[in-house]
Amino acid sequence: MKNTFNRRSLLQGTGALALGVSAPSVLRAQTPIVKVGVLEPLTGNLAYNGTQCAAGAKFAAETINAAGGIKSMGGAKIELVIVDAQSRPEVAASAVDTLVEANVCAFTGATASALGLASSQAAAKYNLAQVFSIGTAETVVSRGLPNVFRFTPGVNKCTSIALDNLKLLNQGAGNVVKTAAIVHEDGPFGSNMAKILTEELPKQGIQIVETIPHPTPHRDFSNIALRVKASKADILIPSNYINEYTLMARALNQQRVELKAIYSILGGAASNIKFVRENNEVAQYVMDCNHWYDPTKAESKALAAKVAAAGLDLTYDVMVSYATIQVIADALERGASADRQKMIASLAASTFDKSIMPYGPTKFVNGDNTSAQPVNTQIRGDKIELVFPKQYASAEAVFPMPVKKN
Amino acid sequence: MSILIIPAILSGMMMGAVYALVALGLTLIYGVLHIINFTHGSLLMLALYVVYFLNLQLGLDPYWVIPIVLPLFFILGYCLQRGLIAPMSGGSEQNVLLITLAISLMIDNLALYFWTSNTRSVDIAYAYDTVEIFGALLPFGRVVAFVVALGVAPLVWAFMVFTRTGSAIRAVAIEKRGAELVGIDVNHTYAICFGIGTACVALAACLLLPTFYVTPQVGYTFVLVAFTTVVLGGMGSLPGALLAGLLLGIIESLCGLFLGESLGQIGIFLAFILILFFKPSGLFGKRAGA
Repeated sequence: MKNTFNRRSLLQGTGALALGVSAPSVLRAQTPIVKVGVLEPLTGNLAYNGTQCAAGAKFAAETINAAGGIKSMGGAKIELVIVDAQSRPEVAASAVDTLVEANVCAFTGATASALGLASSQAAAKYNLAQVFSIGTAETVVSRGLPNVFRFTPGVNKCTSIALDNLKLLNQGAGNVVKTAAIVHEDGPFGSNMAKILTEELPKQGIQIVETIPHPTPHRDFSNIALRVKASKADILIPSNYINEYTLMARALNQQRVELKAIYSILGGAASNIKFVRENNEVAQYVMDCNHWYDPTKAESKALAAKVAAAGLDLTYDVMVSYATIQVIADALERGASADRQKMIASLAASTFDKSIMPYGPTKFVNGDNTSAQPVNTQIRGDKIELVFPKQYASAEAVFPMPVKKN
Repeated sequence: MSILIIPAILSGMMMGAVYALVALGLTLIYGVLHIINFTHGSLLMLALYVVYFLNLQLGLDPYWVIPIVLPLFFILGYCLQRGLIAPMSGGSEQNVLLITLAISLMIDNLALYFWTSNTRSVDIAYAYDTVEIFGALLPFGRVVAFVVALGVAPLVWAFMVFTRTGSAIRAVAIEKRGAELVGIDVNHTYAICFGIGTACVALAACLLLPTFYVTPQVGYTFVLVAFTTVVLGGMGSLPGALLAGLLLGIIESLCGLFLGESLGQIGIFLAFILILFFKPSGLFGKRAGA
């Protein structure tokens, strides 16, 4: 019997086997991947907001990949590298190393200014671009770092637009609001906001009759509610975080404080659907000037449906994070490269106008998107409606709010 | 401002009752076991979550779950002392401090892992109801907490004075070796005491949730004031905890009104320093060696 297993057949067999083994990697190589970082606080005090942001980024990547990926890069799919900042600035800074090792082209994050300041500083060493989802402190863009891009508005712009919108609302209602009470947390966020309001509100003809700072955490808002009641203020402008906001709203209701409006600026709870769900009665007609998407866009509606299907809350964290991934994808599309330096150049030249946010074409000036703007929301029933500006509005603003029956 | 004084005093008394309820378990545990229980805030948080989830999943009112939560936390406290704290401490008070701190850190971080730092509160029909007393509108939930605190402190005191278990607890607190010699199971008595203290904090959670929120960090909001209450009232004194809680609530409220809310807590610590200066053993505390 002739042995057919010779050197040639061995080589042929080995070759076929090598081809078979390597085939999947060859096939994989045909679908290029571009890595984008998501640096968010998934644990710690800011875990809720960070997790929501991460979810928003995932929804955006899924949508972009389903639409064919980055076409200028051969249909490259976006692969997210999600890293936990643990709600601690030092961890946010060290997590940048993880992102660099993973070879991301840029990253988004990091919910709080303190975290973003630390991470963008660390990323500057690597020429790695950070597109801020949220980072309202003006120091985010005032440091002159070329790798920093803030897509959403900062605190100065939010306060300025909030006051402009309040003026328009008040004029439309026949200037019914003449006096205001300010309740603010006594840290930098609330104190700075109170300082700006104290300077600007009198220019609108609104007299400030009470300013009440409080610590965080604060256990009892009964006295604060009584002081607001005694001041007979027409409007209350609160600047505090979600826990204190919730207790304050309850105390105002219990002490039967009659106000023409509760008007928050970057309110801790006023644009949070959880607050609406768990405190529906006291939440009614509360207004906020905050980040929010354009609800009239088809992609916004699709996002809302996906968020609902996933059983998540539709918060502004989801929206802004979704939008920042859109901005990064657009930069990749135009630059056709995942090179970090090219990404910075591509982002700096961005004129992207198809995000879900109610912004015009993106224009970064010293890293700050000058077309970004906050909008006014109002809690109505079990929903948060966009009420101002009118071109994006999903409902008419109710200002002043109806008198409550006690 | 003067028209706000009476409402502020009454509001402070209501808040003080909550402080007293939280401090009651803490002072009981200190009085017998002579340990500063660092798990107290974490157990309060855990109890708040249990009450929250019973309301969310089963629709049970926070007040109606008291018969469920109290025994549950008594057992938890008993098992913690008998199964973890006692065997691991080896009788050393320093070890007990470290073990309770370690348990506290574990509970806090597990809560953060499983339930995230998301703020949660219950939506109940009477959440915004008020009771009018001397023209002041007081939250219904706080009034209930006040009434229960006034009732529970004497009940626990009566239990300690008039029952055999209470007598055993007092005997162990005064003279551990002597109690052992007359046949009292010291380890069991310690665990019973820890269980009662934990049940007290669970009761505080049931009464607190209708007017407050729960997060993994919520224990710290109350436990520091609770420690102050215990020292001010006299370590181990039940009537002292009640009186000190009410006093601190009023002081905090009036300081908040007159000095500003940011400085409200200064009053608490000022009163604390003054009492320690003039009566170091606290309002109802016994002098060392007395």
